[in-house]
Amino acid sequence: MPYKSSVPLFWRLKKSKYNLIGTKCNTCDKVFFPKRNLCPNCRRRGNLDDFQFSGKGKIVSHTIIRVPPEGFEKYAPYAAAIIELDEGARISGQIVGDISKVETGKPVRAVFRKIYEDGSGGLIHYGMKWEMAE
Amino acid sequence: MRVAVVGAGQTKFDEHWEKSLRDLSTEAGALALKDARIDGKHIQSLYIGNMSAGRFIGQEHLAALAVDQAGLIPIPATRCEAACASSALAFREAYFSILSGQYDIVMAAGSEKMTDLKGTDAIATLMGAGDQEWESAIGLTFVSLYALMARRHMEKYGTTREQMAMVSVNNHRNGALNELAQFPKEITIEQVLKSPLISDPLRLLDCSPITDGATAVILVSERVAKRFENPIWILGSGQASDTLALHHRKSLTELLSTKVASKKAYEQAGLKPKDIDIAEVHDCFSINEIIAIEDLGFCEKGKGGKFVEDGKIARDAEKPINPTGGLKSIGHPVGATGIRQISDIVKQLRGDYGKLQVNGAKIGLALNIGGSGATGVVNIFGRDKPK
Repeated sequence: MPYKSSVPLFWRLKKSKYNLIGTKCNTCDKVFFPKRNLCPNCRRRGNLDDFQFSGKGKIVSHTIIRVPPEGFEKYAPYAAAIIELDEGARISGQIVGDISKVETGKPVRAVFRKIYEDGSGGLIHYGMKWEMAE
Repeated sequence: MRVAVVGAGQTKFDEHWEKSLRDLSTEAGALALKDARIDGKHIQSLYIGNMSAGRFIGQEHLAALAVDQAGLIPIPATRCEAACASSALAFREAYFSILSGQYDIVMAAGSEKMTDLKGTDAIATLMGAGDQEWESAIGLTFVSLYALMARRHMEKYGTTREQMAMVSVNNHRNGALNELAQFPKEITIEQVLKSPLISDPLRLLDCSPITDGATAVILVSERVAKRFENPIWILGSGQASDTLALHHRKSLTELLSTKVASKKAYEQAGLKPKDIDIAEVHDCFSINEIIAIEDLGFCEKGKGGKFVEDGKIARDAEKPINPTGGLKSIGHPVGATGIRQISDIVKQLRGDYGKLQVNGAKIGLALNIGGSGATGVVNIFGRDKPK
């Protein structure tokens, strides 16, 4: 299981986790996900604003996780991938649906799902998973 | 100013039910002192690498604990952390402390006690080396990060499943000769390919194990090195960083940190990849050895799998890689591995490493990697004192 956090961490990240909001630097026009406080290209010359990603992208690489970490047992085996978003940033995510169809280069779109639970009676963590767009 | 390594010690790497982190650390330090034939009272400072004792055994403030247990109070003690590259960092800090002129005799050590936690908790702790908010939180494990690299390497360069298996086979063949290894036994390509899938395309026998162990080396200034037999000289040292999350990298088939760190180390040493006689390379997963062989410049990018398949990494071939067994066979107590690699290079370059000796080795390289490559450290060593 990821680090067992209390509410604040997920409260803080909810915009990014639930809505795919990152940042865009108005100086270099690059987009970042998750949000950054400093543009790594422009640093102090950077000028960052919130940026809404469309939730569309394509698979850069993928795997099927058969030995899951704690908290993810009931989903295994599950597919995970690195996804390049259409706007340019990259993100890791689980691919839902028929895992035998997962292929590099294929388009995917974001879907809102339960990610895991902190045990019975613990926090339920939601966020984006990805489904094949074709 | 030059700095030499004059003593090296390693505990057996194993699942040590009967020994604690403090037992292992003290044992490794004592072995290094014995090897250097000096008394602990001569050590002026200690640097210790450790990834996550706080989560593995609930113990922080390790460096002071190590000095306390070793009876070396009140020398300064500093802990270094960069996930699986923690002790290579400790080694560099020890090196710099001598270069600064502050000390003449320093110990660098590494330790990790991983098996006091149950397996799933150990795996979660290791995932702390990745991006906790954006990798662990979606269900990725460390093997899956390297699986994502392996898949891309296979698709882009035609690297085969068999070639990756050959890395594990090579390292176990070497490790079978190593009494300090956790799994000193040979394995076959078929065994690797039939072992359980963990994260496609990587299988159990592509993965280094969970291990307890500790290591230590003694570094000395040029001024006092003449008092020691057989000093092994540091010729070059480089360290570099990359994005913590794998998905933020432009390329999944190379590690920028290895490339930059090795370039720096080669430049300092005035050497080229072809000059390296032996290398201890960070094979936490089989694919990483293939990527490392390319990034260190031993062959062209994309040809690492072929390099392995052609037998060029065997202990009697042109570029012996992991001639003592690698992380795969020796084991991978994460915070101890960087200095284990250095300790093995030092013993090889002295020329009297028994069954493990690679004949004629004069120049050796150690590559230690943290996480999925956010930290890379390369150190190059020589038997002959550089001019």
